[in-house]
Amino acid sequence: MLIYCQYRALLLLPKKDFLHTRPDNCMSRYRTIITKALASLIFILSLSLNNQLFAADGEALFKANCANCHKPDADYTGPALKGWSTREPSKEWVYKWINNPAQMIASDAYAKQLADKWKPTVMTAFANLKKEEIDAILKYVDDYAPPAAATPAAGGEGAPEQDNSLLLGILTLILAVVGLILVQVNSNLRKLSDEKEGILRGEPVPFYRNKTYLMAGILVLFAIGGYYTINGAIGLGRMKDYQPVQPIYYSHKVHAGVNQISCLYCHGSAQDSKHAGIPSVNVCMNCHMAVKEYKGDPIVREDGSQVNGTDEIQKLYKYAGWNPATKSYNPDENHDGAPDGSQPISWVKIHNLPDHVYFNHSQHIKVGKQQCQTCHGNIQEMGEVAQFSDLSMGWCVNCHRESKVDFYNKETGEGNKYYSIYEKFHNDIKNHKMDSVTVENIGGTECQKCHY
Amino acid sequence: MSNKKYWQSFGELNQSDAYKQSTENEFNEDLLPVEELSKEGLFDGSTPRRDFLKYLGFSTAAAAIAASCEMPVRRAVPYLQRPDNVIPGVANYYASTYVNGGDAISVVVKQRDGRPIKIEGNDLSSLTKGGTSAQAQASVLDLYDITRLRHPLQKEGKDFKEVTSFESFDAIIASAMAGIGSKPVVLLTSTIHSPSTLQIINNFLAKYPGSRHVQYDAVSYSGMLLANEACYGKRSLPDYHFEKAQTIVSLGADFLGTWISPVQFSKQYAENRKVKGDKPSISRHFHFESMLSLTGSNADDRYTHKPSETGAIALALLAKLGGAVSAPSIADAKVKEGIDKAAAELMKTKGASLVVCGSNDSNIQVVVNAINEMIGANGTTINWSATNNTRKGSDTDMVKLEADMAAGNVGALLVYDCNPVYSYADGKKLAASIAKVPVSISFNGTMDETTEQCKYVLPSHHWLESWGDAEPVSGQFSMIQPLINPLFKTRAFQTSLMKWTSGGNNTAAAAVDTTAKFVAPVIVANGNDYETYLKNYWTAKLGSSDMWDKALQDGVVEAVPTMAAGTFNGAKLAEAASKIAATKSGNIEVVLYQKVSVGNGSQANNPWLQELPDPVSKVTWDNYAMVSPEMAKTLLGIDVVNNQREADAYEVTPEKPTVKVTVNGKSVELPVLILPGLNNATIAVALGYGRASADENNSLDRVGRAATGAGKNAYPLVGFDGATFIYNAVAAAEKTGNVYPLAQTQVHGSSEGRPVIYETSLTNFKKNPEAMLKETHEELSSLLADGKTDFVKEGTIYPNYEKPGIKWGMSIDLNTCTGCSACVVACTAENNVSVVGKIQVQRAHEMHWLRIDRYFTGDAKNPDVVFQPMMCQHCDNAPCENVCPVAATNHSSEGLNQMTYNRCIGTRYCANNCPYKVRRFNWLDFTGADSFKDNQEPLRGKDLDEVVFQMNDDLTRMVLNPDVTVRSRGVIEKCSFCVQRLQESKLEAKKNQDPSMVRNVKTACMQACPTNAISFGNVNDKESEVAKARADKNRNFYVLEQLHVLPNVSYLAKVRNTDRNIGAEEEKHEEAHA
Repeated sequence: MLIYCQYRALLLLPKKDFLHTRPDNCMSRYRTIITKALASLIFILSLSLNNQLFAADGEALFKANCANCHKPDADYTGPALKGWSTREPSKEWVYKWINNPAQMIASDAYAKQLADKWKPTVMTAFANLKKEEIDAILKYVDDYAPPAAATPAAGGEGAPEQDNSLLLGILTLILAVVGLILVQVNSNLRKLSDEKEGILRGEPVPFYRNKTYLMAGILVLFAIGGYYTINGAIGLGRMKDYQPVQPIYYSHKVHAGVNQISCLYCHGSAQDSKHAGIPSVNVCMNCHMAVKEYKGDPIVREDGSQVNGTDEIQKLYKYAGWNPATKSYNPDENHDGAPDGSQPISWVKIHNLPDHVYFNHSQHIKVGKQQCQTCHGNIQEMGEVAQFSDLSMGWCVNCHRESKVDFYNKETGEGNKYYSIYEKFHNDIKNHKMDSVTVENIGGTECQKCHY
Repeated sequence: MSNKKYWQSFGELNQSDAYKQSTENEFNEDLLPVEELSKEGLFDGSTPRRDFLKYLGFSTAAAAIAASCEMPVRRAVPYLQRPDNVIPGVANYYASTYVNGGDAISVVVKQRDGRPIKIEGNDLSSLTKGGTSAQAQASVLDLYDITRLRHPLQKEGKDFKEVTSFESFDAIIASAMAGIGSKPVVLLTSTIHSPSTLQIINNFLAKYPGSRHVQYDAVSYSGMLLANEACYGKRSLPDYHFEKAQTIVSLGADFLGTWISPVQFSKQYAENRKVKGDKPSISRHFHFESMLSLTGSNADDRYTHKPSETGAIALALLAKLGGAVSAPSIADAKVKEGIDKAAAELMKTKGASLVVCGSNDSNIQVVVNAINEMIGANGTTINWSATNNTRKGSDTDMVKLEADMAAGNVGALLVYDCNPVYSYADGKKLAASIAKVPVSISFNGTMDETTEQCKYVLPSHHWLESWGDAEPVSGQFSMIQPLINPLFKTRAFQTSLMKWTSGGNNTAAAAVDTTAKFVAPVIVANGNDYETYLKNYWTAKLGSSDMWDKALQDGVVEAVPTMAAGTFNGAKLAEAASKIAATKSGNIEVVLYQKVSVGNGSQANNPWLQELPDPVSKVTWDNYAMVSPEMAKTLLGIDVVNNQREADAYEVTPEKPTVKVTVNGKSVELPVLILPGLNNATIAVALGYGRASADENNSLDRVGRAATGAGKNAYPLVGFDGATFIYNAVAAAEKTGNVYPLAQTQVHGSSEGRPVIYETSLTNFKKNPEAMLKETHEELSSLLADGKTDFVKEGTIYPNYEKPGIKWGMSIDLNTCTGCSACVVACTAENNVSVVGKIQVQRAHEMHWLRIDRYFTGDAKNPDVVFQPMMCQHCDNAPCENVCPVAATNHSSEGLNQMTYNRCIGTRYCANNCPYKVRRFNWLDFTGADSFKDNQEPLRGKDLDEVVFQMNDDLTRMVLNPDVTVRSRGVIEKCSFCVQRLQESKLEAKKNQDPSMVRNVKTACMQACPTNAISFGNVNDKESEVAKARADKNRNFYVLEQLHVLPNVSYLAKVRNTDRNIGAEEEKHEEAHA
């Protein structure tokens, strides 16, 4: 039967055409499938990208424009922004209000009421903000979760995201299966109809030998493999969450958290040097000559085991060459300028930047007025220190893009006078071409800011 | 502008085929090591595919293994007790003094985390005023020299064994000294002008009756000392004041490069060479010499003569000035004319004139003294109220010492800071004589030629580990304080002398009178070691320990300088004149000179200095017989000026024919370097090379990997005339038929005939200041479309990027740049620039970020020389940036052309597209920065010289600047404008909220410059030095400005004070004749 059919096909079609059509048909079928697949992929990708863009934009815009006077969830100089939709008459109203509050106060009753409530401060006009940008800010405000839960939320925030992608993945998988079934059904139906019409077709190829599917499968594998390979390669050498065991269980929680010792007491060179510096043993001994035992809440490691604080202090005494019994340093009988038996503590270095990166703590602490926690996380809650940030270049650059410098205001004399040389930015700010100067504006994302 | 105007080689002068081809071949591709992989070439071999797969497999596996390795655990070890003045990561600066065999330069040393890493000049010194030399810059590397001796030694058979403690060494010496009987003790040192050390030496000598102190300079100034003794009654050198001289005549004195105190003189000289205003006045500099020296290259008018004619020229000059001598006949009409001109100028500026002479013949120096009397130099440009103490060595003392030792009349020899077995004319004989001395002790820091002949070795500290003082010019003291604890078990020479003098308690009974200018003339000092002694000495001298602290902080203690004339006694003149008349001359004469890099050879094992191209010859790593093209014709039969093919055959390959130069039966075989501007009868040979241990097998370990094999020792050619050593002689020379490769960087960065230099004469400049750059400015406006006027903004289709805050810029004054190359070494030290070794320099792979281009111009036989420092021009419209496929090089908003090593994939497109040829490619792993340590080893000796391994030693690497990345193989690098310093200065300014603080920033090259030729700063700031320099519109030009690459480095054109037509006028002149 089959052979017969094929013969008929041969007889029916002119030889030349026959030879040409089939491959052409094949090609075009592949092409459509690939195009469709690609299109849907791009669509999904662009959707997710767009989402991210908006979210990020909203935060940046909020921080750049609103954060001076507003908090999302608490009244500040101005009202808390969360829940705006329950208070404000309409979204259109919000657009108008942000673009020109003075006019609204003059013409709108609710606006007048608002202004009275928050007297004498009047909202600054943001004529430059576009509707989409305002939307982004409002979305950010609505989605805002208070940072108090940020540390656990660092994981916590990641978790719902992962859930989302899992959901999307499952959805995609289901859709793909449905699509596959539909394609099969379609081909079966076509085969049936073809048979009905008497058009002869070859025996259907099982899907595992179908070149279309194989090709698609290979492409998918390639994409997934590539994604993981590249991500893995990028992650090589990154040591986020690195938490080595140190020679002494030194708890930042006890020192900086419970006892409220200023970071700069021990890491004083952070404001003078590129290195924050690990305090020398004599700095520890300034307090620990008196503080001989640990009496605070029990210190518990991640694995649940207890740390005996007093024992750890004894370790320190050993390094320092201090005799707690006599309350004095060991004599220096070998004349090396240090008490006998003393030795410097060989801490395990946690934050390792590559050699080709120049990082300066004092630049960030003294000039940039950053908090230690910005990069090191809630160090005052850590037992043994773990690396909080991934210290990747993207992480650095992002912050440089968003952070504002303490720009000099010629009229008020506020800000760092160094920036008075940026004549152009002064004029731009005056003319409302820009509203703040970021680190990026003054060259903070250029290669030789950090690499030389 | 004609192509012939400025040239670097004979090939360029002739526009030969090979030259043209070589300029097209940017990277000398035919010399790539890849060719050596197989004889057939990479792809024609028998199994290229298999090999390819093998390499591919190996590299994949290796990369996988390397990548999958766990992150190494790094340790952070803080201090046990942090010193108050050390903040890890913040550099401290301490004043000290670079001392080396009499040379003394006040410096400020950068110390980072306890390690000295960079030398800077000390602005507070009134002598050097912040200037440094290449040798001072490089000396920080000597501290980390792996050949330094690590503990005291005692000879045992042929080898040395360690003496475990200083106490036992002292005991050994005490018993040895007890056995010498009544024979005298001789202390043999370089010139010492440290007042406290002199006092300690006197104390020591007082203990051994009949003993003496012999001072020995490797390159002697005895002739001057003798002449001054005869004429002025003082056996010393006067204090020169070039800044007061309007006319300077030098008879072979290389006072900007190597003569007496070049940094001080450069500073003074430059003061009168700066062109100020439209109607400037600059000093006039005549130079008579046999070879082409650095100073000669800077002269306004230069004349060459045979080395033996120096005396005759001095006499002729004296006669011309009206001195009571009969003028000898000068055969050369040009020289004669030069003498007439020089005499006229000297008289015209009488009282502001100066004649200096580099000869070590006391008779010639007597004549020069007489000349200086005639022109009123005594008391105006020559100060006799202070003396220059940096050279006091006596040649006759040294010769007598050698004879005494040979005769067995010396009981003990103590050698400190000198290496006479190497630098003495008959070193072998001296070595044999030292062997006859019962007790010979060396205090030298390395196992040099002299030390290995001594029986006991007690290494002294490097100056960066030492306490001390110096008095280079009387009344001008400079302090030495240690920057680091001694790296090895070494002890200060002075401490040793003190220990051996008495029971350890040194009271200065007989104080040396070095203190005439100070209140307290008698210094009572004591102490067990030199540190205490010095502190007591200076506290007593200055009155309080606060003053001593201040002296250490400032680094200098200076008396108010006074100026006085010496009393001239011309009695010796007639005798001197008659002796000069009897000078022998020959058809071939040798003149021995020092290079600004290696000098007298004491720093020969310094890779930075060895790799520093000589400013004039541009040769690295070797000395050679430098001859004129005329001499080459007779000696080698090569005509490089007129015969293109012979010029090419000579110039294109590094292999140069060698000649055997014979003086008084002693010969040296040297490669020939043909250079214009030399006298036709002269062969010039540099001293300071050819260091070697007595046992050749020991050379690498003892004198060092950098010094071994670099050049030949020319000291044996030095003669002795009964009173002084003579550094020129009648010689014989013959071609050997051998060849020897010279690593010359001369044509590595050719400007291919494009106009890069502008110069004019003072007369023409005064007449029409705009004329020099007129043509260029017209050319620029012709490149613009009609109606457009702004070349910068409208001469391009690219957008104009604003530089809103700072725009960094540099201006280099070609008039004051002398080519001394201190900047090149400073750059190397600051930026961790690799040393590549001779083999790689031959392949044009040198890594210097800053090179000094030397151009010849004018008369091919006696050309003018122009030096042009050339580094990355940081173009605002940079051609390198838009060809980089990975954006590894791009532009900053401050006008920096940024190079990001980690992004670079090594396509070298940028280097190819750079019109200034300043980008450097790491052809090999010069730093050991690759992931695989053993990658260098297979290349040892073939592609990588031993010196690269020396530089990668853990000890040597301590000199690296931790703020600058060490580059790995396969990336491009180039001048960054010392971006680490710029960022640091900006940070300081931000911390202090004061934008004017960025005016303080100095790039390494600018800081090192002894003539302040370089200014740098923020161009947007009208008060900055660079903005002020660029305001000189008539001289300010950018190299290749017409390309619209918009460089951020500008130059100030050269103005020579000469009657000749030079620069653009010269061409007009020629055209008028044609």
